[in-house]
Amino acid sequence: MEVGQMQRQWVDYTKSLFLEGLLDGQFLQLQQLQDESNPDFVVEVVSLFFDDSEKLLNDITRALEQPSVDFKKIGAHVHQFKGSSSSVGAQRVKNGCIPFRNFCEEQNIEGCIRCLQQLKQEYYLVKNKLETLFAMEQQIVAAGGSIPMLELSF
Amino acid sequence: MEACNCIEPQWPADELLMKYQYISDFFIALAYFSIPLELIYFVKKSAVFPYRWVLVQFGAFIVLCGATHLINLWTFNMHSRTVALVMTTAKVLTAVVSCATALMLVHIIPDLLSVKTRELFLKNKAAELDREMGLIRTQEETGRHVRMLTHEIRSTLDRHTILKTTLVELGRTLALEECALWMPTRTALELQLSYTLHQQNPVGHTVPIHLPVINQVFSSNHAVKISPNSPVARLRPRAGKHMPGEVVAVRVPLLHLSNFQINDWPELSTKRYALMVLMLPSDSARQWHMHELELVEVVADQVAVALSHAAILEESRRARDLLMEQNIALDLARREAETAICARNDFLAVMNHEMRTPMHAIIALSSLLQETELTPEQRLMVETILKSSNLLATLINDVLDLSRLEDGSLQLDIATFNLHSVFIEVHNLIKPIASVKKLSVTLNLAADLPVYAIGDEKRLMQTILNVVGNAVKFSKEGSIWITVFVAKSESLRDFHAADFFPVQSDNHFYLRVQVKDSGSGINPQDLPKLFTKFAQNQSLATRNSGGSGLGLAICKRFVNLMEGHIWIESEGLGKGCTANFIVKLGYPERSNESKLPFLPKMRATHVQTNFPGLKVLVMDDNGVSRSVTKGLLEHLGCDVTTVSSTDEFLQVISQEHKVVFMDVCVPGIDGYELAVQIHEKFTKRHERPVLVALTGNINKMTKESCMRVGMDGVILKPVSVEKMRSVLSELLEHRVLFEAM
Repeated sequence: MEVGQMQRQWVDYTKSLFLEGLLDGQFLQLQQLQDESNPDFVVEVVSLFFDDSEKLLNDITRALEQPSVDFKKIGAHVHQFKGSSSSVGAQRVKNGCIPFRNFCEEQNIEGCIRCLQQLKQEYYLVKNKLETLFAMEQQIVAAGGSIPMLELSF
Repeated sequence: MEACNCIEPQWPADELLMKYQYISDFFIALAYFSIPLELIYFVKKSAVFPYRWVLVQFGAFIVLCGATHLINLWTFNMHSRTVALVMTTAKVLTAVVSCATALMLVHIIPDLLSVKTRELFLKNKAAELDREMGLIRTQEETGRHVRMLTHEIRSTLDRHTILKTTLVELGRTLALEECALWMPTRTALELQLSYTLHQQNPVGHTVPIHLPVINQVFSSNHAVKISPNSPVARLRPRAGKHMPGEVVAVRVPLLHLSNFQINDWPELSTKRYALMVLMLPSDSARQWHMHELELVEVVADQVAVALSHAAILEESRRARDLLMEQNIALDLARREAETAICARNDFLAVMNHEMRTPMHAIIALSSLLQETELTPEQRLMVETILKSSNLLATLINDVLDLSRLEDGSLQLDIATFNLHSVFIEVHNLIKPIASVKKLSVTLNLAADLPVYAIGDEKRLMQTILNVVGNAVKFSKEGSIWITVFVAKSESLRDFHAADFFPVQSDNHFYLRVQVKDSGSGINPQDLPKLFTKFAQNQSLATRNSGGSGLGLAICKRFVNLMEGHIWIESEGLGKGCTANFIVKLGYPERSNESKLPFLPKMRATHVQTNFPGLKVLVMDDNGVSRSVTKGLLEHLGCDVTTVSSTDEFLQVISQEHKVVFMDVCVPGIDGYELAVQIHEKFTKRHERPVLVALTGNINKMTKESCMRVGMDGVILKPVSVEKMRSVLSELLEHRVLFEAM
């Protein structure tokens, strides 16, 4: 495949992510921050997000499995997760955190477990998509092209 | 007897008589026959005659009379028995008919007579109606003339035109020979001929006003007939022996504006009249009729009203012209005053600079000299030089400030500032001086004192410094207490100072400062003089303390500008004194939103695109958002350090960091507590970094708590590049930023 086609594919794929609501404007901001002095900024931040999220999700799962659930701790974790997801622009993940917080405050275990499931789903989905996106970017760069700038209007 | 067959003509000597009788009878009969014929003919002609039956009777009577006379013709001679019979019959009939007619006439003649009376009556009535009709017509004509005249007169507001038109129209309507108007002169002692009908420019005839004829006219509101020989009527030299026409004069009231009473037509209130004289044509044998006189009176009244309207108009025109003149004069005066003030200000500005430059040189060099090696006498001299020049510099400043304050050209620089830090700074400035004199200074800030306020920070500090400085200056020992609190509405209502009217509102609060010292006190008699310029306490104790006497005057001016009040209480000499002042300051968040630089209102001219080398500290425990913020700031060129906990933060923070971004909604780290600690660590404002809270929470409570702990700004996460750029610009320019929530 030649570079132009790959670039077009990349653009379409990115657009689709936005249209599906997986990503929001914050992701664009991150992309804007990427320049020659900081060529891998987005990848770095997103990787950081992935590591952070894995840890958080594990912590939350374990906390919910405890006989006496520490809702405060879970709430704190969810708060963190919300913060990081909004920092990278993972919109659906961030939106999934909000009802989770409410359930924590209500101390509703069923609600929390359901939310956790949903959150995990959303997270793995966005993780998958982003990994695909980054793979495409690597291909483009390897083929000698450059990542096009996205001009999206919402 | 002998039957004489002699038909002797019986024409005796009375034969002539017989002949005449014969002829007369014949004519009588003729007349008697023709009269009824005439009667019948004429009655047939007229349709109205009601007594036909009478006529018939009369006709019969006449006919029979005629027949009688006719038959008489045959009785002059011998006549037969038939003729006698016919004669007799005729006579009998005639007698009957004439008697009947005579009887009939008794009824008829009164009737006929009464017809005549009625006819006469009707004729009189007709004549009377005719007369009345004539009168009405003339009245109506008069009315029409009056209306037309009035219309002509009232159609203009120009005095001259009114009068001229009156004369012309009157002259025309009444077919006058001459018509003149005499107006009273300014002195009201003479009447001057002002307008005439036929003379274009009447030469100033004057007539004394107290002539009997004039008084007669003026005393009644009717038109009065006067003699053609009176001085007012002799208008031009009369040529020949013409009989002058009748002259009538009427008064025209000249109403002043204030004379308009609705109820009584000013009989009594007006004093000035003009005289209108009207002359009928000479040799015309015309006389003044009643309706003409009435016309003249009505016209005179109308003229009076029209003249007064004209006078009102003139008056208002004059007043307007006067006002315009005054306006122009005032304008000129204002412009002159402005030029004078400009000139004065220029002068002051120049003098300011000119005076201060040498002063600075003197002070600077003297202090430098102080640092060098000097003999004790030299040192004393240099110290005196320094003290005096400092005094002089202060005096120059005070005088310049005061003169600007005096003419109200000083304007406060209103901005948001940190109220607490003002007092803390004053305290810090005063402490060393006070400790030298072994005085203790205590600062007491009320708990509800707002941290931020809107007002003139520099002048407020100047005032506080002055007041506190005075307290220190005039106390040789003891302590000084400075109390600062918000004046509550109840206490404000107690203030009845002459020029202080506190008004409560939601946007402002009244700051009350009380400085109590235990020093030398002030004589209660001197208290009123304290705030006057250059007045000094002459007691020996204060002589040495210096001070030009301007300080308090300036403070008073500043306090007044801040819509407040300043006063000093003292029990007496040696009993210390308390200085109080109240000033009006604005609440920062509740006042006009536009006064604060809000984030959405980006001022494009001031936005820096890059902040190279700006040292920023970011505190956030969330790794992802920490790295995002860092990337953002580095993109803008900043030198970013990141920490994730309070301890780390306190270790790293230093004076080099200009801006601090901290996440305040992180459980486990009390961002607020941290802010307070930072405030304590860096007491001087210009050393402290700008503290900005980053939060994902949008509510008023967060904003208020941030403000309370002394944060300089609050921003909502997530932050875009543009947003961060403008935020940094605003912060570096104004040191305050509160995002609209």
